[in-house]
Order: sequence, then structure tokens, then C-alpha cells
Amino acid sequence: MTTSDDQSLRVLVAKVGLDGHDRGVKVVARLLRDAGIEVIYTGLFQTPETVAAAAVDEDVDVVGLSMLSGAHMTLAPLVVQAIRARGADIPVVIGGIVPNHDLEELKAAGIAEILGPGAPANEVVEAVRRAAAGTSKV
Amino acid sequence: MTNPRELWQEAFDASSIRNDKFQTMSGIPLEPIYGPEDGEFPGVYPYTRGPYASMYRSKLWTMRLFAGFGTAIDTNQRFKDILKSGGDGLSTAFDMPTLMGLDSDDPMSLGEVGRCGVAIDTLADMRDLFADIDLGGITTSMTINSPAAVLLAMFVAQAENAGVPRVKLGGTLQNDILKEYQAQKEFVFPPRQSMRLVRDTVAFTAAEMPRWNSISISGYHIREAGSTAAEELAFTLANGFAYVELARQAGLPVDAFAPRLSFFFNAHIDFFEEIAKYRAARRIWARWLSKRYGATSERSMQLRFHTQTAGVSLTAQQPEVNIVRTAIEALAGVLGGTQSLHTNSMDEALALPTERSARIALRTQQVIAHETNVTHVADPLGGSYYVEALTDQMEQMAEEIFAKIDEMGGGSMLEGCIVGIDENWFQGRIADSAYELERAFNRGERTIVGVSKFLEGNEEDQMETLRITNADEQKQRQRLASVKQDRNESAVLDALDRLAKDAVDPEVNLMPALVDASQAYATVGEMMNTMAGVFGRHIEVPTI
Repeated sequence: MTTSDDQSLRVLVAKVGLDGHDRGVKVVARLLRDAGIEVIYTGLFQTPETVAAAAVDEDVDVVGLSMLSGAHMTLAPLVVQAIRARGADIPVVIGGIVPNHDLEELKAAGIAEILGPGAPANEVVEAVRRAAAGTSKV
Repeated sequence: MTNPRELWQEAFDASSIRNDKFQTMSGIPLEPIYGPEDGEFPGVYPYTRGPYASMYRSKLWTMRLFAGFGTAIDTNQRFKDILKSGGDGLSTAFDMPTLMGLDSDDPMSLGEVGRCGVAIDTLADMRDLFADIDLGGITTSMTINSPAAVLLAMFVAQAENAGVPRVKLGGTLQNDILKEYQAQKEFVFPPRQSMRLVRDTVAFTAAEMPRWNSISISGYHIREAGSTAAEELAFTLANGFAYVELARQAGLPVDAFAPRLSFFFNAHIDFFEEIAKYRAARRIWARWLSKRYGATSERSMQLRFHTQTAGVSLTAQQPEVNIVRTAIEALAGVLGGTQSLHTNSMDEALALPTERSARIALRTQQVIAHETNVTHVADPLGGSYYVEALTDQMEQMAEEIFAKIDEMGGGSMLEGCIVGIDENWFQGRIADSAYELERAFNRGERTIVGVSKFLEGNEEDQMETLRITNADEQKQRQRLASVKQDRNESAVLDALDRLAKDAVDPEVNLMPALVDASQAYATVGEMMNTMAGVFGRHIEVPTI
């Protein structure tokens, strides 16, 4: 399932919780598509459960969460748990506003990659590839 | 007919002037306005050069700092600090659950309570929020949209209990629901039902709260979501025209409510384009209100606006550099003639601001206001070949967009805005512009200092940012539980019953029922759910 061949990579990008900032998620979806990656967007106001269900149903290689409201510490680990509870091991990548002091705890909670504000397109694509290939730093 | 200069002089002479020396540092005395006799003048139609004849010679802009986090008690403390350090208006940021009309104990609120703003569940929180603050003596801005009518009702109830009459309440409700569907995405009800609530608040405040600005028509979020400056200008004013048509449909004469509409624009980093945008906005508004909507009162035609510097222009890298970006953006707002200003804090690409960084943001405005002398002369860039040409171009680009919206609405801007939302037209254009801007950055055509170039220093540790713990969330849930325990349950049910009945009849204004429900300690979530039972809920079909 994990492969670094972009042609067969599938990514679910998701907005979880009440955060309506969707500029980043839409731009990232297009940038990933430009890199030849297949992208599915959940739309706004998802729960950890609906994201996990969509990820498993769609058999994606990576889940990308866009989080700008500060709820990442609560919601992102719940997404990881909900995916694992379904017996899947799909890596989760976060992009958005995540302060440095939260990075360690998020990694410990099983988040594969974290992209901060201003990450350029190639960095986003590389992070997704690393996550899919299972070569993210722990 | 009197010429513009004479009209200006008359208005200027009638204005009270601040106690200040209007001269340069080397002592050159300054005129309040420069330009040819037959040119445009501030305070004179079409107001390109400013809504008022005397501009900052009479009154500096309001230094309005947006604040709110954690519980109402925490935010009340921040409010008092702002008032103490020279701010003169309060601006309330609500947390995501409140913005979405949910209570702190709703499962969807998990992790969001008190995080991006203050959590308000009931009148008890509203009382804590404004404790020991004289609501009749300051102005209060509330950034809230879908549940705007509910929060306005709670505010009115709190003022009532504090003995402040409605006529003395000054402030602004954002209440701009159209841009929620277009850009910010904090919607609850479907567009037409939401517009009924907007109508109710406009009618209520027009009748009872003469000092209250009922809608702050906001381009800020449209721009932050990725639009160009011209799109921000055009979509915002088109939404403004839609609200004018809405209120006219409700039978309000245009001059009865248009003076209480205000605007809220972004100040982005493209300095001159921003200034041209503000100038074009005033001219367009005056022309449309007069020609298309038949306004005759000057106040209806004078576009007044709040400005916030661009959050999206801030970088997480080398955050101190954001002070410089914010200062330049703030200066654009001032040279563009803003009536109030919020300056972002340097750490806002990382978190909510610390007290220190918020103070520096306020100091930035104070430097512009009190040290630079840019306030002495109105519209100092008017007459610049460059700025005038840009102003005309901004106006022309906006008019092209208005024509398209008018066409979508079959001759109605109100319908055009709703159809454009239903068809994802606004959302699509904003997403396209955001994507183009990002591509320009990725191609190396746009430089961002500290991000794409000049990276030395990025490896230094990030600054310490404000941390909000989940303890606030639990505190707020306990607070809500105890309010629910203490309230009279049957009074709550009666109030919600009446709200549901009133909601069924589109002719009834919902504000009185909402004020009564607030007094009974009904929660924001209960009132919103009651209305959703009648109105339904909006679901966006996602597009990328």
C-alpha cells in the first residue's frame, strides 16, 4: 500500500472540528494534484470518526489535516486513534498553525509529519511522500 | 450650485478640531487639505478623499484591539488592560463554538472552547465579560455572524440588567452572513433564513439602538481567504448592496439604516493598491447609494470603515519582522482614511498574541498617530498620478464584477449574491486567486522575507507564545452546568417555545424573543437549535 510512486498515491485532505479556514486545505489539494497525487477533500466540519471512516473507505495512503484554530492537540491524536481503531495504519500529516512546543507531543501521538505556516509546495509534497513511504522521522 | 471647495470649507468650519499643532517638524504650517479648487474634497460627495471634511484633525481613528480568549473572566481582565493602556474601543473575539452557535458542552466543541476567543454560553458569561465596564461609555464591537442576533440579544439583556438604556449602547455587530458562505465558512442556517435574521437585527437596532452599527460588511475574511484586492473590494460592496436591498424589502427607508452600516477591510502588504482600494470603496458606495438606491442623507453615502492588518502576511519565521509588516499595513489604512484600526501582533502566525506582543501592536498605531504627523492632512496621497490611476482602476474592476453579480441576480444584487453563493461562484474565484498567489510564491515570483529569502536567523528558537490549556474548557463546561442547574427550566422552555413560534412566521422580528430567552438564561446553543428546527442547516458542497 505504501509507495513513493505519485501516480498511485491517494491522499485524503480533511478539515476536522469547527475551524472553517479552508484556504490552505484547498491550495494544498491543488498543489498535491499538480504533483500527480490523487486528492479527496472531505469538506468542512468533520469529526475524527468521519475522517477515519472516509480514509479507510477510500483506501488512501495518507491523511492530511489542515488545522488553524488551535484544536490540533485535542483533535489530531483522536484522528490517529480512530484510524487505528479501524485496524488501519494510515499515516496522518498536519499542516497549519502548530507552535513548536506542541511538535514533540504530536509526534508521540503518532502524527507522521507536521508542516508549519509558509511551507512551500515541494516541502508539502515531500512530506506526504515520506509519510506514505513510512520514512518520516519519529 | 456651490462648488466642492466651498462645501468642504463649510463642513470643515463646522467641525470641532483636536488640540494639536498642525505643522511639520520644521514648523511649516499645514493646510487641512491640498488640491485644486475644482477637485475632489473630503467630506464632499463622492467622498473619495474621506468621509469627513476634517478627518483626523477632528478625531483620530479608534484604536480597536481584538481580544478574547478562555473564559469571560479572563477576557474581562484583558479588556480592562486595553482600556487602561489607552485603547478606546473593545472588540470581542468569540471562540469557535460560540461563532458556530454551539454550547461549550457540545461534542463538536471539543478542543475549541476558549481557544480562538472567549466562550459565551449564557447571559451569565456576558455578565462576567463586561463586569465593571460601563457599556454606555465605550463602544463595543462583537465579531459574530451566524449567531449575531443571539449575541446581540444577550448584550442588550446584559446592558438592561446593568441599567444602561438601549439608546446609549454604541458599537458594532459584524453580522455579515454573506461573506461567511463566500469566505469564512462559519455558517449555520441556509442563506435566505440567515438573511431574515440579519433583517431582524437591522430593523431592531434602527428602531431601538440609534448608536449601534448593525452590520460590519467585511472584506477582511474574503481577502484572508485568498481573494485579490479588487475582489475584496467588489465582493464586499456587492454584499453591502445586498443588505441595502434586504432592508428596503423589509420596508425600511434607505436613509433610516444605511448610516448604520459600516465596513471592514483588510490592509495587506501591497501599500499603494490598498490605499487605492479604500479610496475607490468610498467613491463607489457614494455613487451606488445615491444613484441606484436613492439615498439622500450624506451619512448614507459616507462609507466608514474599520481596518485590520493582514493576518496572512505574517510569517512564523523571524516573527519580530511582522512588527514591520504590520506597521506598513497600518500606515496604508491610515493614509486611506480608516475610522478604526486593529494591528495584528507579531506572534499571530503562531498563536493568539501574548500581552506583550498585543501591546507592541497598539504602540505601532500610537507611533503612527502621535509621532509621524501623517494625521495632519486629509488624504495626503490624493492627486498622486499613481494613486489616482490605481483608484480609477480599482473602481473599474469592481464595476465589472458588480455587472456579473447583477446579471446572476437578474437585476438584483441581493439575489446575485445568494445565487453566486449557491453556485460556488464567489468561493471558486477566491480559491482560484489563492492558488495563483501560492503558485507565484512557489515559482519564486513573490518574495517573502524570512520564508523564501533572507533566511539567516530562522534557526533561532521561536518566541514564547500564549498557551491555552484544556483547563479553560473544563472550567467553562462546569460553569455552564452550574448555570443550567440554577435557572428556572420552565421559563427557559417557555422562552424557546415562543422563539420557535416566532421563527415560523417570517414577518415577525425575532429579536424580542431572543432577548427574553437570554434573560431566562437559555444557552446560545439552545436558541440556535430552536431556530435550526425551523430554518434547517446549511451544508456546503465542497469543491477544490
